[in-house]
Amino acid sequence: MAESAEAMGEEGLGIAETSGTRMATVADHIFRNPVLGPLGALAVAVVAFSLFTDNFLSLDNASLILQQSVVVGTLALGQTVIILTGGIDLANGAIMVLGTLIVAKMASESAGSQIGALLIGVILCGFLGLISGLLVAKLGLPSFIVTLGMLTILQATSRLYTKETVLVGDGPLTLLSKGGYFLGQFKVTFGVVLVLVSVGVLHFALTRTAWGRHVYAVGDSPVAAKRTGINVHRVLISVYILAGVLYGLAAWQAFGRSPATSPNGFPTANLDTITAVVIGGTSLFGGRGTVVGSYLGALIVLVLQSGLTQAGIDPLFQNIVTGILVISAVALDTVTRKRAR
Amino acid sequence: MKHNRRVVAAAAVGFLAFAAISACSSTKSGSDADAKFKIGLVTKTDTNPYFVSMRNSAQEAAKKYGVELISKAGTEDGDNDSQVTAIENLETAGIKALLIVPNDSKAIVPTLIEAQKKGIYVIALDTQTEGNKGVDATFATDNTQAGELQGKYVKAALGSKSPQLAMLDLQPGISVGDQRHSGFLKAMGLDDTSREIVGKQSTQGDQAKGQQAMENMLQKSPGINAVYSINEPAGIGGYQALKNAGKADQAILGSIDGGCSGVQAVKNGILAATVMQFPGKMASDGFKAAVDKVRNGKSIEVPASGYVNTGVQLITDKPIKGLESKDTTWGADNCWGGTS
Repeated sequence: MAESAEAMGEEGLGIAETSGTRMATVADHIFRNPVLGPLGALAVAVVAFSLFTDNFLSLDNASLILQQSVVVGTLALGQTVIILTGGIDLANGAIMVLGTLIVAKMASESAGSQIGALLIGVILCGFLGLISGLLVAKLGLPSFIVTLGMLTILQATSRLYTKETVLVGDGPLTLLSKGGYFLGQFKVTFGVVLVLVSVGVLHFALTRTAWGRHVYAVGDSPVAAKRTGINVHRVLISVYILAGVLYGLAAWQAFGRSPATSPNGFPTANLDTITAVVIGGTSLFGGRGTVVGSYLGALIVLVLQSGLTQAGIDPLFQNIVTGILVISAVALDTVTRKRAR
Repeated sequence: MKHNRRVVAAAAVGFLAFAAISACSSTKSGSDADAKFKIGLVTKTDTNPYFVSMRNSAQEAAKKYGVELISKAGTEDGDNDSQVTAIENLETAGIKALLIVPNDSKAIVPTLIEAQKKGIYVIALDTQTEGNKGVDATFATDNTQAGELQGKYVKAALGSKSPQLAMLDLQPGISVGDQRHSGFLKAMGLDDTSREIVGKQSTQGDQAKGQQAMENMLQKSPGINAVYSINEPAGIGGYQALKNAGKADQAILGSIDGGCSGVQAVKNGILAATVMQFPGKMASDGFKAAVDKVRNGKSIEVPASGYVNTGVQLITDKPIKGLESKDTTWGADNCWGGTS
C-alpha cells in the first residue's frame, strides 16, 4: 500500500494540477500523508489546553498521558492491522482481559514464574487471534460476526473462570509501571518504551517488508491480491495472530497500569480502539492507514480527557468532542480520497 | 518510501514539540490560594440519575463552601481503568480531596493509596472499598438494613399467607446485591435454601431483564405472591410481567432505591413499597468532611462499622402498623433523579 498510496497520490496530483484548485492540493497532501490529520488535531488540542488551563502543560502530565496510553495504544495496534485488511475486531478487549485473568492466576499460584505466566498469556492471546483468523480466512465469515461471537464467548468464559477481582503483588507483572528512564525530569516508564517500540516495529513491518505490502494489498482488494499471487488466507491468519499477540502485550501493559484484574475490566476497549484507529486516519474500508496514526488517535482521546479535566469541564463534553473527531476523521478520509482519486 | 520517512519524522516532531513546550513552562504553579482549593468527584458512570444526583449535591456544596468541584466518571460499572485515568487527571489538576464511588472496590485500592500518599484526602461514597483500604472515610447506605426493611414490609403485607417468593437480584459477586438479598431473606425469616423461594434471577438492575426474569419464573411458578427486587427498574419490569400474565394483584412487590420514577411507581400501585437511599446526602456530607479536613485539619470520626450510614427510609402509601414509613408525597419531595 505504501507504494500504491504513492502511486495513487501522484495520479491525484496530476488531477490537482490540471484543475488547479488549492483544495485539491491540500487533500492530496493529507491523502499521501494521513498522519497529518491526527497530528494537527493533537497539536491544536495540546496548544489550546496549554493556553487555557494552568496544570495541563507540564513534564509530569506529558509523561502521565503517555503512561495512560499504553493499554488502549497497544490494543489499537492490533485493531489497526485487522482494519487494514478490511476487517474489524470487537473482541480485542475480551481477549486481553481473559489473558490478564489467566496470567494473574498462574502468577499467584507460583510466584517464581511470573515471567513464564506473562509469556503464556501472550501465547494464549495469539491462539485466540488464530481462531478468529481461521474463521475469517478459511470459512470466509465476516470479521464483525466472528469477533462479536468471540466477544460474547470470551466475556462469559472470563466470568466463569473467576468472578472476583484479583490483586497481583509486586514483581515482574508490575515492572512496566515501576521501572523507567528519566530524560531530564521527563519520566519514561518501561510500559511507554514498550508501546513506542511496538509502534516502531509494526510501522517498519507494514511499510518495509513484503508482508506489510501484502496486508495493504489484501485490504485494498482481496481478489486483486490473489491474482497477483498473494496467499490471502495466510496473510489474514498472520494478521489475526499478530493482533492476538499484541493483545497479549496489552495485558502486560494493563498490569503495569494497575496491579489488579477483573472480568468486568475494559468493557469498552473495542470501541475505544476503533475510535483511536479512525481518528488516526485509517480507513475502515481497509488498505489505507498507519499504526502511527492510530497511536496518535489514542493520545488525542487522552489529551482531551486530561485537558478537559484541568479545565473543569463536564465529562460528557469529552464524549461529544470525541464523537465529533471520529466523524470528522471519516469525513476527511472520504473527502480526500474522492479529491485525490 | 519517502512518504514513510515523512510519517515518522512528522510524529517525532510532534512529540518533541509537546515535550519542549512542556519543558518551558513546567514551573507554572496552580497554588493561587488555599482558600479556593479543588475537590474531585469520580462516580461510576455519568448517565445514571443516581450519580447525577450526587454530582448536583456536590456542586451545591462546592458553591456553599467556595470550593472548586471537578466531576469525572468511569465508563461502565465494573470498569476500573477509566476511574484510574480520571483520578490521575484530577491529581494533575491539583485536587486536595477526592470523593469516589468505586467501580471495582478491590482493584481501585492501589490507586487510592497512591493518592493518599500524595496528601489527598480520600472519601468513598455509596460503595466501600475492600476492607476500607485506601480511604479516610466512607459515606454509604447500610444495604443490609435496606434489604431488611423491604423484607419486613413484604412479610407484614403478606400477613398469614405463606410466601412464594421471586427474587430479582443484581448479579453474582457484587456486595451491594448480596447484602440487600441476605438482609431481605433474614427479615422474611428465610435463607437461600428455603423452599418458599421459587426463583432467583440476575437482572443487572435493568427493567427489561427484570421483566424477562419474572416471565420465566412465572412459567415455573404461576402462584408467585411476593417479589424482592434489587432496585426499582427491576421491580417495575417484574410488575409488567405479572400484569401481562393477568396476575398484577396477586403479588406484593418490594424494592429499594428511592429514585423519583420508583416513588412514582409506588404511588401508582406498581410497587407496594420501596426503601429510599440518599445519594445526595452522601455527596454533601462527604464534601463537608473533605472541606473540614482541608480547611481545619479536622478528620471525621468513622464508626466501628467502617462507614458513616446515610440512612434509609421506607416509602409506601399502605403503611403497616409498627413499621415507620413515609408516604409518596414525602417521597416525591426527597427522591433523586427528578426533573428539578
